[in-house]
Amino acid sequence: MLEFLGSDTLYKILRGPMCWVAFGIFIIGSIYRIVKWYKELSDEKVVFAYFKPWYALKSYLHWLTPYGSRNWRLHPYMSLFTFFFHVGIVIIPIFLSAHNLLIYESWGISWWTVPDAIADAITLIALIACVFFLGRRLILKEVRYVTSASDYYILGVVFFTLLTAFLAYHQIGYYKAFLNLHIFFGELMLVSIPFTRLAHMWSFFFTRGYTASEFGYVRRVKDW
Amino acid sequence: MAEVAQTQFKVEDPGIEEGLQKLTDEKKDKILSEFVAFLKKGRFDVYVNTCIHCGLCSDACHWYQSFKDPIYSPAGKVKQTIWEILRRDGKVDRAFIRRAAEVAFTECNLCKKCSMYCPFGIDIGYMMNLVRRLCHLLGVVPLYIQDTVNSHSATLNQMWVKQDEWIDTIFWQEDEGLAEIKNFKIPFDKEGADIMFSVIGPEPKFKPQLIKEVATLMTIAGVDFTFPSFDGWDNSDMAMYIGDFEICGRNKKYHFEAALRLKVKRIVMCECGHAFRSVYDVGNRWLGWKAHPIPVIHAIQLYYELLKTGKLKVVRKIKEPVTLHDPCNVVRGRGLGKYARYIIEQICEDFREMTPNGEHNFCCAAGGGVINCGPIWRGKRVAGNKVKAEQIKATGAKIVITPCHNCHSGIADIIQTYNLDVKNVFFVDLLLQVVEIPDHLKVE
Repeated sequence: MLEFLGSDTLYKILRGPMCWVAFGIFIIGSIYRIVKWYKELSDEKVVFAYFKPWYALKSYLHWLTPYGSRNWRLHPYMSLFTFFFHVGIVIIPIFLSAHNLLIYESWGISWWTVPDAIADAITLIALIACVFFLGRRLILKEVRYVTSASDYYILGVVFFTLLTAFLAYHQIGYYKAFLNLHIFFGELMLVSIPFTRLAHMWSFFFTRGYTASEFGYVRRVKDW
Repeated sequence: MAEVAQTQFKVEDPGIEEGLQKLTDEKKDKILSEFVAFLKKGRFDVYVNTCIHCGLCSDACHWYQSFKDPIYSPAGKVKQTIWEILRRDGKVDRAFIRRAAEVAFTECNLCKKCSMYCPFGIDIGYMMNLVRRLCHLLGVVPLYIQDTVNSHSATLNQMWVKQDEWIDTIFWQEDEGLAEIKNFKIPFDKEGADIMFSVIGPEPKFKPQLIKEVATLMTIAGVDFTFPSFDGWDNSDMAMYIGDFEICGRNKKYHFEAALRLKVKRIVMCECGHAFRSVYDVGNRWLGWKAHPIPVIHAIQLYYELLKTGKLKVVRKIKEPVTLHDPCNVVRGRGLGKYARYIIEQICEDFREMTPNGEHNFCCAAGGGVINCGPIWRGKRVAGNKVKAEQIKATGAKIVITPCHNCHSGIADIIQTYNLDVKNVFFVDLLLQVVEIPDHLKVE
């Protein structure tokens, strides 16, 4: 089993065809989801009639910044961990030198990268954040009450993607197996985005923006 | 402070129970399958598939803050209603519907603070209002609030006030006012007046003196105002709170048309919140208007204007410590907190803010149609707002200003139950104590 996990054959499959499949499902699935939502929300005549980009933008900035909203300030640890967690899972992978190298090897293009030490530190914080999120789910009654199995799935996929990345980078244990597992979990995560509540990476901009518009334009108050 | 350990309440509401008895399986299945189809698209689909179950909405909710029981958290209420309907694909039994009606009608005030506290801005108030609509379509609605909607339907006002009773009430208040203001008049149907003042049904029914008070204040300030003698005088709207948007739209149409018929420049709403929401946010949309078709302002804005322009002259200030309850529909709903604070600054010496305040304030637990579900739910409603009692007590104020009718009644209940040493007033009550009556209006 371990031999298979660390095998070059598996690596070639994950690095080759599975990569295409994962990105294909992620991109096409996401476009499908966004177009479906856009069409249905357009049918609900009150949504886009009141959508005001200026209010939406202000609200995005407040809610994407640690301590930018009152509720973030009421939950200082949650605010900080949420921020670093999302930086670690969304921004860092795009600008990671190792990922850039893969793209360079394939297509001969690359872009700006973050120093490995910073990426490493943020990955570690993001991992701690996963444990923190899990702890909240298990301990806080208001979170435990609304938790379902899918919450553990989406947290698990992200956690193992980060964990295997960290182990592979530091070459702790069986490097090749962790690398393959990292690619596997990363691809699983991409595939999951359109079909699970990980789709909040897209819908955030709908829901936050619409509420911000209703608050800013109709209700004339800030929503953070 | 009285401790409330109980978090579950067994209340038998005749409207819900009889509705469930009359509900046939065919009707139930048909309406629920349509509702499930509705849940799977548009805003609902986005909301359900965005919520990450983080529980951060809990701190917004006064029900959760009072009981600390997760069944009262905003997401917890969605779990007990929407998620469960989706999970069972609409195949729910009567016990489920009973609980869903209880959650939507009596455990959520639609104050929308949670959508402000949700990192995604998920509009849980909207979701709960649509659960109410489901209950309305099923015919399972608390008795008292259904009665007010029946009244809206039959009489175009909330309280079964007949036209002659309405006219008579105004004449009565005019008579009362003559003792205080010389040649006092509450003009009916004055075409082309600057302002049509509109009140809610419960004013002529229970608090007619408020009509006299506000008419007195407008007379002192020299405002050109009128009241309609015909239907459309009532701006209140319980129909929107049971999700009966057809009746809601019809009410608002009559309301706007009354103003257009009188050719007034604008409508001023009494110190009420939900009616204001119905006009700027709900009824107008149902009727196809992006905003209200003629200018509408709240009494708070009128008082602000009158003070700012010097039409009302303040000659003395309220000395006792005062605090302000920010009603959701006028402060979080329309940003009037700054105007309210200006008025207080002008007329009060010792103002003490509640914590949190402004658009972050805790709800009164009475609004959103909850108090209109009737006295049988009172115990639960008051227990569900212990946090408000603590908040008021912490200010040390002796007067709490509540510029909204539902808030006013809700806070009165809280003051009584938790033995708070405060007096509950409207802005107009305080303003009349501090403004100068011009000589030509003084009774000799």
